[in-house]
Amino acid sequence: MRYIDPHIHMVSRVTDDYQRMAQAGCVAVTEPAFWAGFDRSSPQGFYDYYVQLTEVEPKRAAQFGIKHHCWICINPKEAEDVGFAREVIALIPQFLEKPGVLGVGEIGLNKNSKNELEILEAQIDLAAKHNQLVLVHTPHLEDKLKGTMLIMDAIANDGRIAPDRVLIDHVEEHTVGHVLSRGYWAGMTLYPETKMTPQRAADVIECYGQERLWINSAGDWGCSDPLAVPKCQQEMKLRGHTPETIERISYDNPLTFLSQSGRFSIE
Amino acid sequence: MADPPDHSCPLPSDGVINRYFMEHRAKLLDIAAFLDRLDRSEAPESTEADFRVEAMRRAIQLLVDEKGERAKRILELFSDPTTDPIPAAPMKGATGAYKEPTP
Repeated sequence: MRYIDPHIHMVSRVTDDYQRMAQAGCVAVTEPAFWAGFDRSSPQGFYDYYVQLTEVEPKRAAQFGIKHHCWICINPKEAEDVGFAREVIALIPQFLEKPGVLGVGEIGLNKNSKNELEILEAQIDLAAKHNQLVLVHTPHLEDKLKGTMLIMDAIANDGRIAPDRVLIDHVEEHTVGHVLSRGYWAGMTLYPETKMTPQRAADVIECYGQERLWINSAGDWGCSDPLAVPKCQQEMKLRGHTPETIERISYDNPLTFLSQSGRFSIE
Repeated sequence: MADPPDHSCPLPSDGVINRYFMEHRAKLLDIAAFLDRLDRSEAPESTEADFRVEAMRRAIQLLVDEKGERAKRILELFSDPTTDPIPAAPMKGATGAYKEPTP
């Protein structure tokens, strides 16, 4: 069954993963800018990363018939140094003009600090000024609920970006209802331990419905699974969900949200 | 949000049990063995209970209270209940359970 993985960090994956994903039905991926597992020492390090996202990865994906798109930002883990982060933000507008760039992301919060919030607000402003879609990273574990609420408040307080142009990612059972009820899109990340399992994601779909909801692997340099989306498709199939429901969650919904950018294509 | 709908899982209850019982029996034994292992380990000099294990012990109580939405309520139990941004990020990672600041 075909699918889109709308959040995966392919710069951290080997080329064999592209091959396996294509064999499992992947037709397109979108890759948000994120933390590399270490702090970059200069804004130039981010510039090079953005070149990798916009020029190198699309070619690597294309070898296997997968369309690659990306999102550009400075991630919240590197936002504590506000001066440094603002230098990086100044580099971003030139990349927003590139053909495969869908918007600003994954912005958000990590430890819910004042400095992280200041840089989040700066990037909400950037997205609004450039009429961009937004992909949001929500914090981990005990910080997620508080961070999710702070992020949604920041977007609402800015007021220029409609909720249906924002995807709040890494939702779990305690945040998905808040996100959907405020009109945002919600992403469920399928991780072995720290986020959602395919079983729990299927539970959320059964409890909250199929509207404005997608699944992704967020495969990266840590413990993660680039085939998590087809594994969730399989879980839903074994439970008796219809092919239409499975396709809506894993293909139609990402297509609908991402197409708002005017740049997303699977051709 | 409204309460989750009844009967929204396509599997009948015996299908849910047949498909998932063995997997979750094993996970339950993992928790039991973890707590036993903790009992067998030497306690640190501090007598203060570990906040993560304390949170887990409270979470386990929610499993058997028959009130539903257990996953959601356990995640809420582990969560930071405060609402204001903190002055500065003390680290990049997370511990899995909220720790009250020491006065």
